[in-house]
Amino acid sequence: MEWETVIGLEVHAQLKTRSKIFSASPTAYGAAPNTQANVVDAAFPGVLPVLNGEVVRMAARFGLAIGATVHTRSVFARKNYFYPDLPKGYQISQYEHPIVERGRLVITTPAGEKTIGITRAHLEEDAGKSLHEDMDGFTGIDLNRAGTPLLEIVSEPDMRSATEAVAYLKTLHTLVRYLDICDGNMQEGSFRCDANVSVRPFGQARFGTRAELKNINSFRFVERAIDYEVRRQIALLSAGGQVRQETRLYDSARDETRSMRSKEEANDYRYFPDPDLPALVLTEAFLAEVKDAMPELPDAKRRRLGAEYGLSAYDAGVLTASRELAQYYEDAVAAAGVDPKLVANWVTGELAARLNEDGLDITNSRVMAPALAGLLRRIADGTVSGKAAKDVFEAMWAGEGDADAVIAARGLRQISDDFAIEEVVRQVIAANPKQLAQYRSGEEKVFTFFVGQTMKASRGKANPAKVNEILKRLLAP
Amino acid sequence: MTLTITKIAENLAAGRCSSRELVDDVLARIKTHAVLNAFITLDEEAARRHAEAADRARRAGGAGILAGVPIAHKDIFCTAGVKTTCASRMLADFVPPYDATVVRKMKAAGCIMVGKTNMDEFAMGSSNETSHFGPVRNPWDRDRVPGGSSGGSAAAVAGRLVPAATGTDTGGSIRQPAALCGITGLKPSYGRVSRYGLVAFASSLDQAGPMAQTAEDCAHLLAAMAGFDEHDATSLDVPVPDYAAQLGGDLKGLRIGVVAEHFADGVEPKVAEALREALREYERQGARLVDVSLPNSAHAVPCYYVLAPAEASSNLARYDGVRYGFRAPEYQDIEDMYKKTRSQGFGPEVKRRIMVGTYALSAGYYDAYYVKALRLRRLIADDFARAFERCDILAGPVSPSTAFPLGAKNTDPVSMYLNDIFTIPINLAGLPALSLPAGFAGGLPVGLQLVGRYLDEARLLNAAHRFQQATDWHTRVPAGF
Repeated sequence: MEWETVIGLEVHAQLKTRSKIFSASPTAYGAAPNTQANVVDAAFPGVLPVLNGEVVRMAARFGLAIGATVHTRSVFARKNYFYPDLPKGYQISQYEHPIVERGRLVITTPAGEKTIGITRAHLEEDAGKSLHEDMDGFTGIDLNRAGTPLLEIVSEPDMRSATEAVAYLKTLHTLVRYLDICDGNMQEGSFRCDANVSVRPFGQARFGTRAELKNINSFRFVERAIDYEVRRQIALLSAGGQVRQETRLYDSARDETRSMRSKEEANDYRYFPDPDLPALVLTEAFLAEVKDAMPELPDAKRRRLGAEYGLSAYDAGVLTASRELAQYYEDAVAAAGVDPKLVANWVTGELAARLNEDGLDITNSRVMAPALAGLLRRIADGTVSGKAAKDVFEAMWAGEGDADAVIAARGLRQISDDFAIEEVVRQVIAANPKQLAQYRSGEEKVFTFFVGQTMKASRGKANPAKVNEILKRLLAP
Repeated sequence: MTLTITKIAENLAAGRCSSRELVDDVLARIKTHAVLNAFITLDEEAARRHAEAADRARRAGGAGILAGVPIAHKDIFCTAGVKTTCASRMLADFVPPYDATVVRKMKAAGCIMVGKTNMDEFAMGSSNETSHFGPVRNPWDRDRVPGGSSGGSAAAVAGRLVPAATGTDTGGSIRQPAALCGITGLKPSYGRVSRYGLVAFASSLDQAGPMAQTAEDCAHLLAAMAGFDEHDATSLDVPVPDYAAQLGGDLKGLRIGVVAEHFADGVEPKVAEALREALREYERQGARLVDVSLPNSAHAVPCYYVLAPAEASSNLARYDGVRYGFRAPEYQDIEDMYKKTRSQGFGPEVKRRIMVGTYALSAGYYDAYYVKALRLRRLIADDFARAFERCDILAGPVSPSTAFPLGAKNTDPVSMYLNDIFTIPINLAGLPALSLPAGFAGGLPVGLQLVGRYLDEARLLNAAHRFQQATDWHTRVPAGF
């Protein structure tokens, strides 16, 4: 039987606020345990939550960016369950009335473009962490993360393969960073994903029973976890078995999913509106303000760069992968005043390779846009050859100064003086009478020998175009 | 110490006594009458120190009316460095690291806290018998309850141990003990006073307020307590009137709404008689009685006993033994720790309400109970809005009876809950209401309840003040005090 995979994703994006969603504690990652938790975070008797206005702005920005309805009235609810790292015994979330509903995201896969529906996005608080290591048999509780603002983004079950799921995640990941609402750091858990996966025979309208996969913290693991789960479910169904509705944990070390709890064991969360928080009411003026402050979105930027700078779809895609990279590119183009394609080649080529090698981000590149522009100008005006430019770039990366300084210090200036080059060419021809005879008898491939000899004699500094031109003239019978 | 705050302030200003002397006197009286069990914790050393500082400050001038006045806080308000137990084993040794906003504001106004008063556990009760620290006794008859849940505060003021105390009122917890102990107690409009630092029972109903001998004292105390608080999203950002300055206007033409049934079935005849006499006093002062009807209030008690426990079941989930408070000494695993900690840490009434509330919020029951109760709550509030189109304030009983004997209603939760039949609707509607002494029945105090429009505390306080100008019920002191 042919099987169709159905995937819906739930993403928890940590909002990039300085303070927590319901308290004034800072949200910085990696502090010593419980140093970023106050009485509100620790749920001391008598404390109350007060909503951080910045998270509302961020959620609204996201809603508008995905063409969703941003509700002018939404309600915070309590999700009740006991867990040691959940200090209040409930999580404040949004349930019946989320802030964002009915949006969409366009993804690109090798098969083309596809629109994925986004059911809803709601605001909620994160829980703390249980610590088991170095605790001498006890369990420690770190509440630094408790109360960190999250936007939970729930997709429709619109994806039909792990590839589509990854494309959706990457598109969403790029979007939230463009919107400057999430740093997207998956290792630190700022962008987490749960996947609802089911399979059904092709042509069947009804969805199969789904499993929810938790704990997938990289794009690669999303693909692997879904692939594993699809294989597991197909094998189960093919053997006449049934898929149980359950939560499964992805174990990246063993590359498999394991049952965590079944639907029967699921909690009754006893949701009800949080009486400590009035309904969240947004004015049309506020939404207009958010709309006005909306940055250019990835899709629009990609199209604009392609058209404005004559870039290939591929280059435009790579250069708009992050807002910072696109900014770097546009800054370099503006500063260099050279062919934008040359700039694109360098940014996606040398620069990208070097950043990758050193594990650096574009924002902390060792060669910033104006400096790269300086080098590209010297390529365009013939001061350095493309080959020598790579050495100049390496030197700039190593901190030896700007392009002009490196070119001067290393004597890499290209020789473009016709008389000087002609002098070298005459010497080379005079020193190689045998090859000259061969050339003149019609063996044209000897020409490259003369080019090589000339470049060697000029220690690589002769302008290759001029060398060609002068050689052709002087070798002619 | 039979003086009102107003009188004490005069004496302090005139140099007839010092704050330090007042505090010493208060502490001595609390100890003399320890049998009342009105206090859980005394903060003697700090109180004396603060009194001396207040005396020094007064000599420098500019002291407000509450400066140097000894008061007590119900043990539900968090007090930095001073044990806050909520009368529960769960928090028997809990010392908060912060002050409740009410505590902070009253401190800023110069009040000196001498200690924390006894109460029903987590404010759940109408007799002060659910306290982990034992029941409070009514100064008018030590074999009777003081009412609850702010029973310690009411008994302390009635016994003239302190001139004033704070209370909280979720379904009548300020007004009912004020009535049963013969003092004046005000539950402000929901949102008028910050709930930050008030240990939550039912968040949408809880409201803190003053308990004192007179409406005038309550006016001063409310002015100090009330106001917007950035730590409480449900507190109102509207200016606080000078309540005391608005006292004194006559009551000519005041329309007082009366619900006829509230003087009939279920109310002790002698209580009803005292209340009718109180209404006649209002008529003598020029007020006019208007018949009004609150048909949906008949369902207020069941409505309340869905909503309040539902919120409580969630509010009390934090007492899990993980971070603070009581933890069972022995347990097998985390699940067992939760079960034993909460089984041993909470008393029976608290557990009953947690179970009721958990049930009401459960899948499959939520619509039938919680959602239906919310709808009913709206209907009850609408009734009040309609009534207030025809009158300016409402008047009626606080409680169907006077103080009942200790143990009388312990075994029957429903009869205990019905004590609050006249007070609960007001919390559901979020309105301000006060209880003032309006006579005696069988030697025990009777309270008259006045209910106002939203944020109309000033009118309520004035109506109570004018009554107290013409009567002396509020000046009566129990024998032996």
